[in-house]
Amino acid sequence: MGVEGIGARVLRKEDQRFITGKGRYTDDFNRPGQLFAVFVRSPHAHALIKSVDISEAKDCEGVHAIYTGEDVAADGLGGMPCGFAPGGGPQNAPPRPALLKDKVRFVGDMVAVVIAESVALARDAAGKVNVEYEALPSNTDTAKAMDADTPQLHEEAPNNVVMHWEIGEADPVEAAFAKADHVTSLDIINNRKVPNAMEPRAANAEYDPAADSFTLYTTSQNPHITRLLLAAYVLGISEGKLRVISPDVGGGFGSKIPFYPEEAVVTWACRKVSRPVKWTSDRTEAFLSDTHGRDHVTKAELAMDKDGKFLALRVDTKASLGAYLSTFGMLSSTYLYGTVLSGPYDIPAIHCKVSGVFTNTCPIDAERGAGRPEATYLVERLVETAARETGIGVVEIRKRNFIREFPYQTAVVLQYDTGDYETALEMALDKADYAGFEARKKESAANGKLRGVGFSTYIEACGLAPSNIAGAIGAGIGLYESAEIRFNPTGSVSVMTGTQTQGQGHETAFAQVVASKLGIEVGNVDIIHGDTGSVQWGHGTYGSRSLAVGGSAISAACDKVIEKAKKVAAHMMEADAADITFENGEFSVSGTDKTKTIGEVILTAMVPHDYPLTDMEPGLDQRSFYDPANFTYPAGTHICEVEVDPDTGVTEVVKFTAVDDFGNVVNPMIVEGQVHGGVTHGVGQALFEKALYDEEGQMVNASYMDYIIPHADNVPSFAVGYTNTPCTHNPLGVKGCGEAGAIAAPPAVINAITDAIGVRDLDMPATPQKVWDIIQSNGSAKAAE
Amino acid sequence: MYETKYHRASSADEAVKLAGSADDGQFIAGGQTLIPTMKQRLASPSDLVDIRNIDAMKGVNVDGNKVTIGAATTHAEVADAPQLRAVCQGISDLAGHIGDPAVRHMGTIGGSVANNDPAADYPAALLALGAEIITNNRTISADDFFTGMFETALEDGELITSISFTVPDKSAYSKFPNPASRYAMAGVFVAKGGDGVRVAVTGAGSDGVFRHAGMEEALGSNWSADAVADADVDEAMMLSDIHGNAAYRANLVRVMAKRAVAAAG
Repeated sequence: MGVEGIGARVLRKEDQRFITGKGRYTDDFNRPGQLFAVFVRSPHAHALIKSVDISEAKDCEGVHAIYTGEDVAADGLGGMPCGFAPGGGPQNAPPRPALLKDKVRFVGDMVAVVIAESVALARDAAGKVNVEYEALPSNTDTAKAMDADTPQLHEEAPNNVVMHWEIGEADPVEAAFAKADHVTSLDIINNRKVPNAMEPRAANAEYDPAADSFTLYTTSQNPHITRLLLAAYVLGISEGKLRVISPDVGGGFGSKIPFYPEEAVVTWACRKVSRPVKWTSDRTEAFLSDTHGRDHVTKAELAMDKDGKFLALRVDTKASLGAYLSTFGMLSSTYLYGTVLSGPYDIPAIHCKVSGVFTNTCPIDAERGAGRPEATYLVERLVETAARETGIGVVEIRKRNFIREFPYQTAVVLQYDTGDYETALEMALDKADYAGFEARKKESAANGKLRGVGFSTYIEACGLAPSNIAGAIGAGIGLYESAEIRFNPTGSVSVMTGTQTQGQGHETAFAQVVASKLGIEVGNVDIIHGDTGSVQWGHGTYGSRSLAVGGSAISAACDKVIEKAKKVAAHMMEADAADITFENGEFSVSGTDKTKTIGEVILTAMVPHDYPLTDMEPGLDQRSFYDPANFTYPAGTHICEVEVDPDTGVTEVVKFTAVDDFGNVVNPMIVEGQVHGGVTHGVGQALFEKALYDEEGQMVNASYMDYIIPHADNVPSFAVGYTNTPCTHNPLGVKGCGEAGAIAAPPAVINAITDAIGVRDLDMPATPQKVWDIIQSNGSAKAAE
Repeated sequence: MYETKYHRASSADEAVKLAGSADDGQFIAGGQTLIPTMKQRLASPSDLVDIRNIDAMKGVNVDGNKVTIGAATTHAEVADAPQLRAVCQGISDLAGHIGDPAVRHMGTIGGSVANNDPAADYPAALLALGAEIITNNRTISADDFFTGMFETALEDGELITSISFTVPDKSAYSKFPNPASRYAMAGVFVAKGGDGVRVAVTGAGSDGVFRHAGMEEALGSNWSADAVADADVDEAMMLSDIHGNAAYRANLVRVMAKRAVAAAG
């Protein structure tokens, strides 16, 4: 039938423009009369602002305005709102003005903005804004944040504590540990990551005095939420007076979820200077100010009985939130973290405590996986270590503890609807030729290399989120999704979705959903997103939610279309609507050979020359809001094999197998791309990445000369496979795939390296120097000889 | 970047004249270091004199056992020159692994040598091959040319026009790339020729490229990887940074030396 619906490997519609350089990103938009903003940022990690002298700068060529923290305060501009507080009430949430006037708390904090005719002129003048600072002692170490002698960032947060949060019950856990036959305990640091979206952030704001309204082009994963926060909390205007447009967005990985002070400042300032104002981040600013991810310090303990059956898990985490609370900063270290600590295992008792702390670092927010990588890493490190300590074996210990009956109520709130973990494990063992590992290890040894294998049997909670749960845990918004289908007379459709792609392929995958449901060719389905002026309210893209929630909304809207179209078809074929069936784009009357195509029905509805106008309105447009009943639970097994060069400490990932259960797959090619990218992301965290701050709070690797992101030659060709237990509660049976690799891969890689070099403890990133040092001290270099 | 005036020279003499008559003139070839530095506003020459179109400064010439490479020859051209690969594979391989393809098609041997970045590859080759650096008014031996980190014997306004060296019997380069920048964290070029064995180390030393006398001596009497496996590398001379401390770099120098000798055969 000419449609390439669900399950087809349709080439991505958007790639033509991306690959040929025709994508249109925020920085590609230029407004008539536009000026350029450059921000004056703090070079200190922690300092009092004694004075800001703009007298020299304001007379520089091309300068239209310079605003400081005093100006922001004088105008009564609202501070940056925190969109999530676990437990409902704000914990120790100090104010965060868009520009600071009294104190700065991390390198990159903003004290002024210069608005000029060009970026170069703005930069010249910004260099002449004289800020007098009184430097204060600072702290960038998460582990030390609560210590008595550690510098305090905010008056509102004594001992730098934002919140103490816990999940699960302590008593059963203590009881289980008391009777355990074996306890495995690990001290774990989950390294702070920089998201590194290829497109840097940008914002371009314009004020229309006639309509008294603003338009903001910005790099956002959720333009409606940006509009809500900017209009209601910062500018104090009706949302109808602000249109937020996020055109093509070049990667986000979570860093484009938050609402940023730069967006607030350019929007506020464009009215003051009566000219459009554009800001585009440079790469150094991106390193310093795009929200970072992870940064946990954890003690994790697993209690087992004599047969290796897990009895209880105890977790105590210090989580840095950076210098301020980012929009959803607290979510990644609380509900997205503690709730998945059961992994795919039956663990009767779990207790997790988290202390969220301020440090003099860039604020933390979601980063691909957001909380679930941190949880999965500690669980899978513990399980693998326990298997080695007890001699039970890394495969056997998992089989003994996998959940096998569904639905399964975990000890940490979530209820898994479905899954089949052992089938994925078996498939992965087969694909990875695990049986041949020992032979490969010998071969590696003959070449002077240390080979190791590591596992990760992960689960994640995706498809954010049931709104009632979002509300109960402290989110300021619902997390349903919306879709609207608009028909054109010639039979093509426009589909408005409240999700927002950053390159994931929504324009293709969502079109395939519509193609399957309505029998309209993919090429005739246009997916519209990223513009609050044309798209109904929606919540954006993160948490692997777009297909599971946004796609389900599209599916539900299609169902409404079909219901109405059946009535139109019934009229056309002079039949009863109850007798109409719809399949493969064709309406037919049961028991007859009468048929009408979807195109004919659309034309009749859109051009109602012969139409039951007394019974029905013309047109077929429909809108749907879909609120999921539960999270979705993608799961699977990843197996990593590494070769370590004992001479240099270099780890090479030589084999990587990923078997994932994403439920039904809409476009296997796109999903493979997500798995490849996600695993590479995870390999990056395991081997290379860490935002390094020195004693003075300077980020010392804030450029690609020093910050290592994984290159194509750092990963092998991946072996991927799928199992499928369709999600039981959404109409497409899908679960989400965007974060799985980033969640699953890090422990698989580290488990492989610790196996290769025969060591128990190894923090990420496993740099060559670190691995070489371990080999030097434990002499495992000899093992290769 | 600040404003600058661009000139295109068609001869070395014209280039020298143009740069000399500017307030703060600079030669530019591939611009792989200079342009990023200018973009970061860390350099602001009043005038740039482009030497990429000077035909006399381009190309790889092998005449008997004498190799001459024009200063404006790109890394890719060096790597791809079959007549050079036939006589000195070490330098061909080195050129083929500088940066990435974009860098190799813009960056030039003269630019790299003149900049003398402590992590650049070419200085190790030139030093180990005992090359001569020919400028618009003299010839300087590599031993005299590289005088420290980002420092050379070049005088203000002096322009490198070509590099020449005698074909070695054996040569090879082994590099441990910085995992972020892919510059050398330790790169060792070994060469065996009429003047004996020369070993030059780039990337690792705290004062730029240097020759390793101990390894040269050891290889002089025993040309084998084993001869340098336990070589004494002075940690006090090594760089130390977030990617590797001095002890680690000293180890890398030994390992890269071993691998270079093995590769040279």
